[in-house]
Amino acid sequence: MLGYYLDLAIRSLKRSPGLTVLMILIVGFGVAASMTSYSVFRAVSGDPIPWKSSRLFVPQIDIWGPKGRLDQTNNNEPPDAMDYTDAVALMKQHRAHYQSAMYRVSPSVVPPDPSMHPINVGGHAVYSEFFPMLDVPFKYGSAWNADSDTQRAAVVVISGKLNQKLFAGANSVGKTLNIDGKDYRVLGVLDNWNPKPVYYDVVNTGGFTTEQEDVFLPFTRAIDVGMPNDGNTNCSEIPKGSGFVGLQQSSCVWISYMAELDDKAAESSYKDYLDGYFQEQKAAGRFSWPVNNRLRDLPAWLESEHVAPSDTKVSLVVALGLLIVCLVNTAGLLLAKFLRRSSEIGVRRALGAPRLAIYAQFLIEAGTVGLTGGVLGLLLTWIGVLGVGWVLPKEIASLAHVDVSLLALTLVVAVVATMLAGLYPTFRASRVQPALQLKSN
Amino acid sequence: MQIQPILAALRRHKAGTILIALQIALTLAIVCNALFIIHQRLVHISEPSGVDEANLFVIGNQWGEQYSTQEAAERIQQDVATLRQVPGVQDVTTANNYPIRGISDDNFITMTPEQRAPTSDAAFYMGDDNFVRTLGLKLIAGRDFRPEEVQNEGLRQTVVPSVAIISKAMADKLFPHGDALGKHFYAMTPNPITVIGIVDVLHRGDVGTWSAPYVGESMVVPTRPAEPYGLYYIVRAKPGQLAAAMREAPKALYAENRMRMIDPKDGLLSYAEIRRRAFESDRGMAILMSVICVVLLAITAAGIVGLTSFWVGQRRRQIGVRRALGATHRDILNYFMTENLLISLGGIVIGVLLTFGLNLWLVTHFDALKLLPLTYVLGGIALLLLLGQGAVFAPALRASRVPPVEATRPA
Repeated sequence: MLGYYLDLAIRSLKRSPGLTVLMILIVGFGVAASMTSYSVFRAVSGDPIPWKSSRLFVPQIDIWGPKGRLDQTNNNEPPDAMDYTDAVALMKQHRAHYQSAMYRVSPSVVPPDPSMHPINVGGHAVYSEFFPMLDVPFKYGSAWNADSDTQRAAVVVISGKLNQKLFAGANSVGKTLNIDGKDYRVLGVLDNWNPKPVYYDVVNTGGFTTEQEDVFLPFTRAIDVGMPNDGNTNCSEIPKGSGFVGLQQSSCVWISYMAELDDKAAESSYKDYLDGYFQEQKAAGRFSWPVNNRLRDLPAWLESEHVAPSDTKVSLVVALGLLIVCLVNTAGLLLAKFLRRSSEIGVRRALGAPRLAIYAQFLIEAGTVGLTGGVLGLLLTWIGVLGVGWVLPKEIASLAHVDVSLLALTLVVAVVATMLAGLYPTFRASRVQPALQLKSN
Repeated sequence: MQIQPILAALRRHKAGTILIALQIALTLAIVCNALFIIHQRLVHISEPSGVDEANLFVIGNQWGEQYSTQEAAERIQQDVATLRQVPGVQDVTTANNYPIRGISDDNFITMTPEQRAPTSDAAFYMGDDNFVRTLGLKLIAGRDFRPEEVQNEGLRQTVVPSVAIISKAMADKLFPHGDALGKHFYAMTPNPITVIGIVDVLHRGDVGTWSAPYVGESMVVPTRPAEPYGLYYIVRAKPGQLAAAMREAPKALYAENRMRMIDPKDGLLSYAEIRRRAFESDRGMAILMSVICVVLLAITAAGIVGLTSFWVGQRRRQIGVRRALGATHRDILNYFMTENLLISLGGIVIGVLLTFGLNLWLVTHFDALKLLPLTYVLGGIALLLLLGQGAVFAPALRASRVPPVEATRPA
């Protein structure tokens, strides 16, 4: 039966090629526009570490109080980064399974090859637990251990890309690297690891950035040698001291912090711990306002930091609107097409076809249009995703990609949407009175 | 033209009528909002930076060695002297940032040291005594910095400036009576800063939406960023010699001291490129919205043509009867044009509601957007009426050519 209806559908579609092509074009464009926007949206609002994101938390401590709100409209949110004092205190007390304070650095690296100019690299000063916490993959070697943190060891983990540039991709573990004029021993080389957004430090990177993460070195070491931070620094007042040391003594916030808490119990006890820490500091006279801490898991944190650019959401909304218009349009055209065949329906009904058969026949016809439109939509989506680089900034556009799930979704959306659009026209077709049609002929 | 019979006929085509009206309503809602987004982006893109963009370029210079403040200051003097020798270079200044770079250093501005809620959040530039001249800023009141006023600032040193040149936008915000010159303000500083000069336009470093309330509000203090990271050299080329100067300047700097880093991607930028990068996402959004508008209008027009053609085909016999009874070509044409006009008007009534609904939703969810002005809705209405009438014209013309003899043929 299915084959017969399919045959009928194709015959009918061939009979009015203009209308058919129009419907296919409309479905194709509508689906492609929404799928292209969706691919961008998916890329920027996706979970960067889906297997673990619900166990990663960002603590926020309200060290400025109500008077120091940077943004007066921003309903009582504590600062989104930490000052040095609290970051280091939290690291010392070490209450989570894994945790790391981190800040962005941008040191110069003098290549071993003396003919090369010094190069500027980006990276982070982190604690040893950063690597197991974020499941960072290594190509060669490994991360440093907790002892190196306390000893402020001059060690470094470099990206595969920097390893390629400086050591031609060879195993460089144990080699020496000159960073900001001081020697560091290479302990590990990362495998291809370049998460987008840079979820562990969205405060200092904005999330999406074309900047590379090339070096990771111990936080304690970076502080020791006075490697200045290269991210945002927000102050509620100008620091009293000067230099990088002055910044460390100030209440300015510039350090990101992440902790891994493996279950609900750990989460709530960590929250209690943060509040307790605040109360302790308040008792010591640092704060005069009530506790107002936050402990968000990674998805909630990315949401609160507005990491996904709002343009991508607006585009998605507008593109979905376009898809709805396309469907209303297709519904109108299908209605015209189906009702034009009232006499054919009349004959079929008179010969004993039940309403259900009419439903099947016309829904299959709608589905055929949807499928063909979907195939066109696949092609247009593919062109669209390639073309987003033309309209969107590079750091966003390069993230959108076509994959099997996007293609499958394109086809499913096209077929389901067209069949939905075909529901009312089919209903009308099934209501055709056979007697009336036969008489008028 | 009789409206009554048209309405009576439409009542027999409820579904098709509603579908076309709905489509027009949705199209109106989306197109109005999209056009408004396009307009906002275009306004943003064309914001003036206040600098002589045609002849300026920026070198992002980072040091390859660790310099003390004093060493860095000496290196900077040397670099400036070197850059001045480059053929085609007219002027050079040092800065911590430059207009429309995409990122601002900014300081809260208060009128008294005790004030809590800041009066403004101004972009903060460190410039030397060549800053105003090199950038081509228009000094509309007061004076430029004197060489002896310029201090060197090392890493996170609090060199507290006592004088500043501010933009007119900032002067107007702080001193609405137009008497900013010689007055004081505080920029998170313990001591007051005196306004010694006012420049006409000086854009902020950032172009984001968060700073929209402070647009154009910038201050320059006489400071040289002698920090261990590095700094920006803003170079003004002689007219027509920008490309040559941009080619030669980095070479001259490297020849003088190779322990520096000028990033291959971002280290050497003409102002045209800076502007392109700053507004890349706005331009992209404007293009995207334009494409969606065009596709949407095309689809709606196609839908109207398709459905009207069907109706014409369905009513050939009735048209024949009317023609046989004396209706002219023009009567038939008018009939279909009016029918479309009525449907469009119905759609527009719903559409206006949808338009404001969508706009309100966008405004509440994305604070970057603004409330839609009425002109956009009126423009959108006119556009859709024209589109509908244009789309219906071809099928209506075909209907008007139906010969009266159709009346005698069976349907």
